[in-house]
Amino acid sequence: MSEPAPATNYLNWNYSIRSWLLTTDHKRIGLLYLMGVTFFFAIGGLMASLFRMELATPAGNLVTADTYNKLFTLHGVVMIFFFLVPSVPGVLGNFVLPIMIGAKDVAFPRLNLASWYVYIIGGCITLYVAVTGGLDTGWTFYTPYSSTYANTKVITAALGVFITGFSSILTGLNFIVTTHKLRAPGMTWMRLPLFVWAIYATSLIMVLATPVLAITIALIAIERATGIGIFDPAIGGDPVLFQHMFWFYSHPAVYIMILPSMGVMSELIACFCRRRIFGYSFVAASSLAIAIIGFFVWGHHLFVSTQSPYAGMVFSFLSFLVAIPSAVKAFNWTATMYKSSVSWQTPMVYAMGFMGLFLIGGLTGLFLANLAVDIHLHDTYFVVAHFHYIMVGGALMGYLGGLHYWWPKITGKLYPEWWGKFSALTVFIGFNLTFMPQFVLGFMGMPRRYYSYPVEWQALNVLSSAGATILGVGYLIPMIYLIWSLKNGKPAPANPWGAKGLEWTTPSPPPMHNFEQTPIVTEEAYAYGNEGHGHG
Amino acid sequence: MADSHGPLAHHFDSLEQQYESARLGMWTFLITEVMMFGGLFLGYVVYRTKYPDLFVAGSHHLDITLGAFNTVVLIVSSLTMAMAVHAAQEGRRARIIGYLWLTLLLGGTFLGVKVVEYSHKFHDHLIPGAHFQWHGAGDPVGPIQLFFGYYFLMTGLHAVHMIIGAGLLLWLIRLASKNRFSAEFFTPVEMVGLYWHFVDIVWIFLFPLLYLIGRHG
Ligand SMILES: [Cu+2]
Repeated sequence: MSEPAPATNYLNWNYSIRSWLLTTDHKRIGLLYLMGVTFFFAIGGLMASLFRMELATPAGNLVTADTYNKLFTLHGVVMIFFFLVPSVPGVLGNFVLPIMIGAKDVAFPRLNLASWYVYIIGGCITLYVAVTGGLDTGWTFYTPYSSTYANTKVITAALGVFITGFSSILTGLNFIVTTHKLRAPGMTWMRLPLFVWAIYATSLIMVLATPVLAITIALIAIERATGIGIFDPAIGGDPVLFQHMFWFYSHPAVYIMILPSMGVMSELIACFCRRRIFGYSFVAASSLAIAIIGFFVWGHHLFVSTQSPYAGMVFSFLSFLVAIPSAVKAFNWTATMYKSSVSWQTPMVYAMGFMGLFLIGGLTGLFLANLAVDIHLHDTYFVVAHFHYIMVGGALMGYLGGLHYWWPKITGKLYPEWWGKFSALTVFIGFNLTFMPQFVLGFMGMPRRYYSYPVEWQALNVLSSAGATILGVGYLIPMIYLIWSLKNGKPAPANPWGAKGLEWTTPSPPPMHNFEQTPIVTEEAYAYGNEGHGHG
Repeated sequence: MADSHGPLAHHFDSLEQQYESARLGMWTFLITEVMMFGGLFLGYVVYRTKYPDLFVAGSHHLDITLGAFNTVVLIVSSLTMAMAVHAAQEGRRARIIGYLWLTLLLGGTFLGVKVVEYSHKFHDHLIPGAHFQWHGAGDPVGPIQLFFGYYFLMTGLHAVHMIIGAGLLLWLIRLASKNRFSAEFFTPVEMVGLYWHFVDIVWIFLFPLLYLIGRHG
């Protein structure tokens, strides 16, 4: 069913370093992002393993309190701004989105390369901060601590985040224009793969929210550098204004991180259940609904700040409301799977991991959206566990599932399937062991961001640290066998999964301009119906 | 956008598709700019509502004549920019270059006047921070500094945009003198035009907000 791959493809037409560093090919830029996000994931993971080691004992004995503060701060900054935000859009979005819509590239290829460089420059600045004094404000940069009192590299760190924000803005802008203007003939909006819908919705958030983060973070740096006290209560400034502006970006940023993985989920479930996604248009619209409603819930981070209780009620209601479109997705995925013949390949195992973990993360979010309950749970490990279930359990599982799914397309090589499933299960078990105890700890009142704790909580903390070790191994395994497969993997056919979608109609790895001729689309997405059951 | 291999980039099918993409991209970019300035406008409105009298007192220290002069300068520069775009659509090279220079001159005038205004503020110790001095009503280390803080942040960010705009104008002048534009391809001129108009509109909001509101006589 697949003809032999042509001799030249996007990988082998030129091996020089220059051809990589100056590439404007969206596929190569996707791989540049892959290297960047993998590197920063390793850095962020290393910090997490250090402070999980510290937390194995109640007393602070491995690192000092100051070092501990810097570890969790940089863990958050690195993982959020340099891994989660760019991961799925930067790697998978860049690689497959143009191919999925039948385009030769993104709308602005040079801007695309520029956004990678901007990301790397921001990352280097952050690394510089890490080795020359660190940052101890928490990734949230709360004022007035960050603007007045902290003795760490706040200005430089703010600069790193500010700069990398523009990478996100430019990526989002590129995807919006690409999706609007570069679709192949016949690729109507209602024929778009749901991954494209999800990335499109994500891009809307990126271009609308990120500039607000940029100006907010810039204000902190300016305030520290010049003494213009925008958030300084000593001259009448309002530190809580910072919280409003920060969360106006940072709540939608949660959806920047999770929506792309939800898009991956739709692709995986359709492919491995051999079904069109049940309620396609609802799933597509729910991405937009999440993007829109997500802008009006930021106040749930300020339930215990000075926000008025009436505003709190509105934000609480809206936070419950935003759970609905996520639930629409989860129900439609389940309905797609219902009575289908699922084939349990690695990406599908990851997809099921996503379902389980995202479900727990989403439902515990409802606890926190509840005004009264949040008073008790605010700033405890319950919150830490909740957002890790969403952002690691959800977003990262989706990313890994997608990476395995498109790996044969990206590299032209198959990865070892047994090891793939083994890693997915290890990650799932390790993840639950790490974060499930943290729900209990948080409910018992253990506050986040302390390097020591009462001895009664040690058993649960040891469980969590043990889980983190398993989780670390679970992440290491794919890194090893995926790299191994580059040289030793079996060559991948054009369509190893028997999946629908334009990216599977072109050879693996794809030729330089993606398609020999511009494809003409004549059917809806996931048109599996005419194939009967079972494997394609 | 165009590169040295002719106006149509390889990944577009037609000049029209390329033009529409550039336009949508530019509009999207301008929306991000609105959001970024929006963050500053928000803070300004919050503090103005909180300290109305001090903000009025602060605005009395801004030079309304220079502000009004600059407003006129920018409106005229928008006109010359629009004329440059029009000339580009007709592919008249000499006119494009002439109008671009005129726009650049007006932009430079605006920035020059801004430098004069800033140096007055510096002279009067109205720059927030350790050297700030205030002889009017209210605490000198109090919220009056917020007014001048926002004045410098908002007009400063605007001025940065003007400087970038000036750089873009120079880039266009270079392209135009290499005869890169024609009636078929004038996208860069139009895109920079959109940007220039946007930066002007920001000033149209800044001027009344900072200089005019609450100043009766
Ligand atoms: Cu939130």
